[in-house]
Amino acid sequence: MKLSPDQTIFWEYGFITINLTIVTTWVLIVVLVITARLITKNLKTDIHISRWQCFLEMLVTIIGNQIKEVGLKNTREYIGFIGSLFLFIAFANICIIFPWYVPPTGSLSTTAALAICVFLAVPFFGIIKLGFLKYIKSYTKPTIFMLPFNMISEVSRTLALAIRLFGNVMSGGMIVTILLSVAPFVFPVIMNALGLLTGIVQAYIFSILATVYIAAAVEGVKSDEEKLTIIK
Amino acid sequence: MDSTTIIGVVSIITAGLTTAIGTMFPALGEGKAVSTALSSLAQQPDAAPTITRTLFVGLAMIESTAIYCFVLSMILIFANPFWNHVIGN
Repeated sequence: MKLSPDQTIFWEYGFITINLTIVTTWVLIVVLVITARLITKNLKTDIHISRWQCFLEMLVTIIGNQIKEVGLKNTREYIGFIGSLFLFIAFANICIIFPWYVPPTGSLSTTAALAICVFLAVPFFGIIKLGFLKYIKSYTKPTIFMLPFNMISEVSRTLALAIRLFGNVMSGGMIVTILLSVAPFVFPVIMNALGLLTGIVQAYIFSILATVYIAAAVEGVKSDEEKLTIIK
Repeated sequence: MDSTTIIGVVSIITAGLTTAIGTMFPALGEGKAVSTALSSLAQQPDAAPTITRTLFVGLAMIESTAIYCFVLSMILIFANPFWNHVIGN
């Protein structure tokens, strides 16, 4: 039994390995980019817009509203990163309705890469917004003794992001594989439908957690004076 | 008993126990979270979007502990490093 699509290898040269995960990711990226390109080629501001444009506008508005509700006021800066995370994971998880498709999010390498993107994006947005010194200083809040704990939590939540997505998607595929050998007719279909649900929920969770982390870094820890003005 | 048998027996029993215990307590926690969310939804239907979003994020956090246990038992069964070490020698 294959645990992850990493083990299906197409081509290998030195330390460069082209496996099923990479190929599926490429195909997904190409499909997403070409679809977005085709839809946005002739946008209209008319009352009558095409169905696809309407769909895309809905999607962007929903993602923007979700980001705004978490607490990031300037949505436009962050929707590029968070929206792509959500769209990629959601699309990768929805595609399990196609036969012989193995979701690339069911491999630890993909999810680790996505989590590392979040890990790097948090200080990136934080430094852009607060400046380098002020961002570094936010690690020593509330006291200097919290510095190691803040750094540990930074790493451990990245690990948790990666393992959570990987475990959920991988367990969905694994349950279907096991049930195929036990009750091959109806049950795998039901579990696949459940897999669709958990896939969407996990995509949502991943992007909302990334938003929460970025929001925490961007806002920084409010100084006492700011707190007082809020209370007043 | 040689070392392969011992490793096999211990791995299988540990994998079963990991999944059993590791799903039991997250299930209790999730039940508590959902029941609290439902009662607060009944009290304040206006706050439904916020409660639902927080509930989903919280549920995923709780569930990830169960997922860690699942991943661990999968590693013990399908990709056991000690087993591979003994077989490799």
